[in-house]
Amino acid sequence: MSDRLRADPDPAGASGHAGDDERNAVLVGSSSRSDPIVYARDVHKRFGSLEVLKGVSLTVNRGEVVVLIGPSGSGKTTFLRCINHFERIDRGEIFVNGRLVGYRTDARGRLVEERSKVIAKQRAEIGFVFQHFNLYPNKSSLENVTLGPRKVRKLGKERADALGRGLLQQVGLEAKVDVHPAQLSGGQKQRVAIARALAMQPKLILFDEPTSALDPEMIGEVLGVMRDLAREGMTMVVVSHEMGFAREVADRVVMMDDGVLVEEGPPAQIFDAPGHERTRSFLAKLL
Amino acid sequence: MGRLLAATGLHFDSSFFWNSLAHPSTAFLQGLETTVYLAVISQTLATILGLFLALARRSKIPPLRAIVWFYTWIFRGTPLLIQLVIVYNGLAAAGVYKFSNISIASFVIPGVVQAAAVTFTLNEAAYMGEIIRAALNAVDPGQYEAAMSTGMTPGQAMRLVVVPQAVRFVVPPLGNDFNAMMKNTSLASVIGLSEMFLVTQEISSTTFNVFEIYAVAAIYYLALTTVWGIVQSAIERRIDRRWGIVRQRQSWVSTWGRRSVTVVGGPVSPENEAILQGVGRPHR
Repeated sequence: MSDRLRADPDPAGASGHAGDDERNAVLVGSSSRSDPIVYARDVHKRFGSLEVLKGVSLTVNRGEVVVLIGPSGSGKTTFLRCINHFERIDRGEIFVNGRLVGYRTDARGRLVEERSKVIAKQRAEIGFVFQHFNLYPNKSSLENVTLGPRKVRKLGKERADALGRGLLQQVGLEAKVDVHPAQLSGGQKQRVAIARALAMQPKLILFDEPTSALDPEMIGEVLGVMRDLAREGMTMVVVSHEMGFAREVADRVVMMDDGVLVEEGPPAQIFDAPGHERTRSFLAKLL
Repeated sequence: MGRLLAATGLHFDSSFFWNSLAHPSTAFLQGLETTVYLAVISQTLATILGLFLALARRSKIPPLRAIVWFYTWIFRGTPLLIQLVIVYNGLAAAGVYKFSNISIASFVIPGVVQAAAVTFTLNEAAYMGEIIRAALNAVDPGQYEAAMSTGMTPGQAMRLVVVPQAVRFVVPPLGNDFNAMMKNTSLASVIGLSEMFLVTQEISSTTFNVFEIYAVAAIYYLALTTVWGIVQSAIERRIDRRWGIVRQRQSWVSTWGRRSVTVVGGPVSPENEAILQGVGRPHR
């Protein structure tokens, strides 16, 4: 771990949910101790009659690695998808980098959905790594990485290619630059997908079960890349079942169950001395 | 062949047949040319129009979806032959619109050709719209999300990521439709367009070699569709290469035993998926 490369992880964030003071800190945009990139308050989400998120609040500071754990159906992935507005939220609010994500306040003070162009701009600053990679099958590794920089950041081909090659090298795939996803292993695909996310120079990367679709022998290479990113100070929110990774790399582990945040804290606390019975029984089932 | 037919008491003018096949008249070749360019232009325009129909069908604006649904319902639900006659003769008779010759520089586009091209385009667009809609739906929604996650607007994600991938699913049914289109152009003979079929009919009525000349025309249609079949395979292989898919072995389906186990082999491809779905309850 290299805390010195990171902005000071917020020790207070370990103890409980974000309060109004923290919210004001976000809006004022100044805080001596914490530097929140993600600030979510009381997020509610339902799919039809199924209430998936029942008021989730979470703050993620710059340079922090937060791992979301919990049983399937607990709302981890849905919450992650709300952070870059892949899902609309029914109540509450999410700020990234001090800006409300996906919504704006109208003249009457109500929240209305932003225009898609504005949302696109917000998403450009938030990387997303998918469980099933979602690489473009009709494009080479390099083209997968450079499409965003070229079309969204409007980089020229040469600059984008140089950037793409550099990133593919960073994830150990300089030999696979011209190869198509069909010819890559699962682990290689996910590393290209991480390079694609990095190419937009995001302030934050969201990982949705990045190793769940991988064969066991390929999990390590992807976690290795993620570990390197964490060392370099990238802010990351990771939905994962890799408890070893969480213990080693996470600054904070967040346990979710049934649409609520059950408890959060440093990995040692959550894994070795969980404060909540649901956390205990969930972890017991994994072992 | 002629002698054989003569022996059975049938008449087959073998020299006329071979001569017409090997050295078709100028009129016949012009008919062939008309057939080809009418089919190519109509299919091209129909594909472009079909893309917009497909996108409109997925639009968030209900009236737009309704209009496209209605359009498709009309053009797929009525005979092409009637559409041709209505567009060329019907509209003129009703005083709505009369197709007249247009000359661009020294090149004249006859009114009847315009009417045929418009009708074939409108008719085929209804089918292409459905083909493209299905192809867009066949692209994994994760692709759209991946594009959006890199900051693309919905329009960019559609244009730069989803539509190019849908092309792979469009080509096989489009090939099928273009094959049909080349043959359906013969329907334009009813409005007096001198394409290959009408020219053949004229030759038949002046020479009375009915069987021979229609056989020649059939062979030319077969040649057109065969050439297209080869072109289509080349396009499909090219797209597969773009996707990094190398076909090492042909897909094959074999059935054996009383339990009727069907094995679908070969690389994962939309065709294989289609076969699996057609069979129902696949075990992968």
